[in-house]
Amino acid sequence: MYVVVIGGGNVGYYLTKELLTAGHEVVMIEKNGSRARQIADELGSIVVPNDGCEGRYQEQAGMARADVVAAVTGDDEDNLVACQVAKMHFNVPRAIARVNNPKNEHLFRQLAIDDTVSPTRAILGVIEHEIPIHDLLHLAELEGGDLEIVEAQLTAESPVVGRELRDLPLPEGTSVAVILRGSRAVPARPETRLTDGDRLLAITSSEREPELRRLLIGD
Amino acid sequence: MRIIIIGCGRVGAETAVRLDARGDHVTVIDIDPRAFERLPSGYSGITIRGNGSDEDVLRSAEAEMAEIVMALTEGDNRNVMSAQLAKHVFGVPRVIAKINDPLRAEAYRTLGLETICRTSILAEALVVAAADGAAATNGMVEEPTAQPMRAHQTEPAPGAEGR
Repeated sequence: MYVVVIGGGNVGYYLTKELLTAGHEVVMIEKNGSRARQIADELGSIVVPNDGCEGRYQEQAGMARADVVAAVTGDDEDNLVACQVAKMHFNVPRAIARVNNPKNEHLFRQLAIDDTVSPTRAILGVIEHEIPIHDLLHLAELEGGDLEIVEAQLTAESPVVGRELRDLPLPEGTSVAVILRGSRAVPARPETRLTDGDRLLAITSSEREPELRRLLIGD
Repeated sequence: MRIIIIGCGRVGAETAVRLDARGDHVTVIDIDPRAFERLPSGYSGITIRGNGSDEDVLRSAEAEMAEIVMALTEGDNRNVMSAQLAKHVFGVPRVIAKINDPLRAEAYRTLGLETICRTSILAEALVVAAADGAAATNGMVEEPTAQPMRAHQTEPAPGAEGR
C-alpha cells in the first residue's frame, strides 16, 4: 500500500518505520526542517520537509496515488485539516486522524474522516477497566457511529440489582446482549436476574445512552 | 445578535468592541487571559478563558444559542476547526473563519464555511492604493468608523451565500 504519514513526532516516526518494515511504500511530511532531516538521515529520502496541511506539499508527497493518509501530529486541528485537504483535493480513499481530545472524534467522523484513533480514549479505557466506575464504558461503535456497544458494571447500589431483565424499562431501541458474571457469559433471557458485580453488554444509540446509564447505574 | 468571537488578538478585540458598541451580545474566547487587556474598560460583553476549538469551552460560551461564531485566532487550522465545530456540533447558523492562506480559504469556502482572508483583502486594498494614490492608502488607516468594513466588502466571496 502507498501511505502518506503527516507528522514526524514519535507516533509518525515509529509508524513510518513499522510500515516500511512491513513492506509498504511510505512518504512522510514533517514541518520542522531539522526533525525532517534527522528522520531522512535514518530512514532515507522519504521525507517532505514542509507543512502537511498544504495541498502543494501533499502533491509533492504523491497524495494523488495514496491509498491511505494518516495524520498523526500532536494537534487535532492540524490532523483535521490535513485529512480534509487530502480528501478534498486528492480523493484519498482512506483518511485516518490521531485525535488527542476524545470529544473531537465525533466531529471528525461527521466531517468524513474515515477513522480516528484516540490514545487518550484508549488509555482511559484501560484505566476504567481496572477500577469500578459509575459510567458506561464505550466498547465499540456500530453502523457508522449511530449505535454503540456499551458496558455497565452493576454494584450493590445499582437500582436494577435483584430485578429480572424483563422488568427493566429499557430505552427504545436498546437491548442487552449478554451478561458477564465472573468469567462466565450468561445469556440475556427475560427471566435472568441481575446481581451485584454483573457486567451488562448492551447495544444502544448515543441519544439513549444517558437514559440507559440512569436505569442501570443510577444517578 | 448573539455573537461569539474566538481569539482576542488585534482583529478579535477590535471586532468585539465594535459589535459590543453596536449593541450586540458579544462573548470573546481566548486561551490567554492577558489578551483581554486589549478590550477597553467600556467593553460590556463577556470574556471566557479557554481553547476555542474545545467543545466544552464552546458549550460554556452557549454556542448553541449563538447566531454567529467568528474564528479569528492567528492559526488557520485552529479557526477551521472551531468554525466546523460551531457549525456541525452546535448548529450555529453562520460561522466565519479567518484563514490567511488564500488557497485554504478558497477550499473551505467550497465546503460551506464563510472565510475571510486577510492576505487577499490586504493585497486587493494595496492594488487599489497603487491605482488611486495616497488618498486611498490614508483611507485605510483613518479612524475607521466612517467606513468600517471598507476592505471587507468583497467578502464573503460569491458562492458563500445561500449555503
